[in-house]
Amino acid sequence: MSEIMLPIIIVSVIGLIAGLGLAIASIVMAVPKDEKAEQIEEILPGANCGACGYSGCSGYALALSQGKAQPGLCSPGGEEVAKQTSEILGVEGAEMVKKAAVVHCNGTCENTKDSMIYQGIDSCLAASLMYGGKGECTYGCLGFGDCVKACEFGGISIVNGVSVIDMNKCKGCQACKEVCPKNLISIVEVKKQAIVRCSNHDKGAKAVKACKVSCIGCMMCVKACEFGAIKVENFVAKVDSSKCTGCGECVKVCKRNCIEIIE
Amino acid sequence: MIQSLVAIFLASILTENYVLSKFLGVCPFLGVSKNVNTATGMSVAVTFVMVLATAVTWSIHMYILEPNGFAYLQTIVFILIIAALVQLVEIVLKKYIPSLYSSLGIYLPLITTNCAVLGVTMLVIERGAADASFGYLQSLVNAFGSGVGFLVAMVLFAGIREKMEHSDIPETMKGLPITLVAAAIVAVSFLGFQGIVDGMLGGVK
Repeated sequence: MSEIMLPIIIVSVIGLIAGLGLAIASIVMAVPKDEKAEQIEEILPGANCGACGYSGCSGYALALSQGKAQPGLCSPGGEEVAKQTSEILGVEGAEMVKKAAVVHCNGTCENTKDSMIYQGIDSCLAASLMYGGKGECTYGCLGFGDCVKACEFGGISIVNGVSVIDMNKCKGCQACKEVCPKNLISIVEVKKQAIVRCSNHDKGAKAVKACKVSCIGCMMCVKACEFGAIKVENFVAKVDSSKCTGCGECVKVCKRNCIEIIE
Repeated sequence: MIQSLVAIFLASILTENYVLSKFLGVCPFLGVSKNVNTATGMSVAVTFVMVLATAVTWSIHMYILEPNGFAYLQTIVFILIIAALVQLVEIVLKKYIPSLYSSLGIYLPLITTNCAVLGVTMLVIERGAADASFGYLQSLVNAFGSGVGFLVAMVLFAGIREKMEHSDIPETMKGLPITLVAAAIVAVSFLGFQGIVDGMLGGVK
């Protein structure tokens, strides 16, 4: 019996002594934690998404408590969190701009075709490595839903082969933007504005073949915009969200139906 | 006596270097050697843990495990003690040198599983069993020397890596490949010390 019991006792006693020593050391040499930072961390959503630009929620909380960061950078937390953090810090509530992600592709099953049968791994990243994806358009949404998996808030779904973002559920955390191998997702301020639903950088003729609703870079929208909010770069139109008023003139002139007004 | 201690100390730095000739503890050697300051901090922490761990484990092995015939518990007990010591070092660093604490990051708790530390504690006991003159003091000197050897390897290599930052490396070799090549060359260069300690001190072991 002692053959089994003695080793167990020895190891437990050594463990106990070591544990006690550590416990004492941690009390004697305790580092006073920043109370404000702890309070703020409790309020923050704890998604650790990094949308604020800090390494996780605790990093942001620490930066806030030291006055190095502004409240209101937390997209997932929204206005509620911005208000509460400002209260703790005792500063005026920073204005919270609600942001959401948008997908710059409308290559649904009707609008574009597959050019090959893909039987590889069920992920956008893997598919994009095979000749840029299975579709006719090598810039478009692959529809395997890497973004759906990345979204912690259940705000993305694949509808008809293209990922669609639910603006009400989206917190603007950028998790989806980071996983999209085609860089189709951008984060915009939530307001009435025009969104270009295409990212095809091919020249006109090639883009027309690839998809029914591709941007060919014809410059019609650029001319129609009174506010100078649209630019064509590499054969695809881009809307400057800060200048766009959502008047809809560009939608009217677009022959390819690739601009949409969102609210 | 002193001569033999010096021989043990020098041998553990140069010819029996844990990183460069026994290839133990390579993880922090590659991970924390990007800059000389962090490399020094890490090595000092490792040296501290090595000496303290050897001091504790040697006595435990000789006075508790060995007499009762529980030498087979060596690994478990040693790991337990090393883990506790690393925790202690972590607490101390957090309190007194927070900048070093944050720059070491994940590598600090990783000293727990650093095979160089476990290697030192176990090899001194093995050596003590083979050679009766290799006692407690010799073990401690060996542990300290091994820590200093780790420091020498780390600082040398950090210096090399800092130089490499500015050199024109082919795209395919960037990052880990060139680092491993450099590490191999440093290890080979340490072979040159083979025999030098014996020669210097007239073959005293």
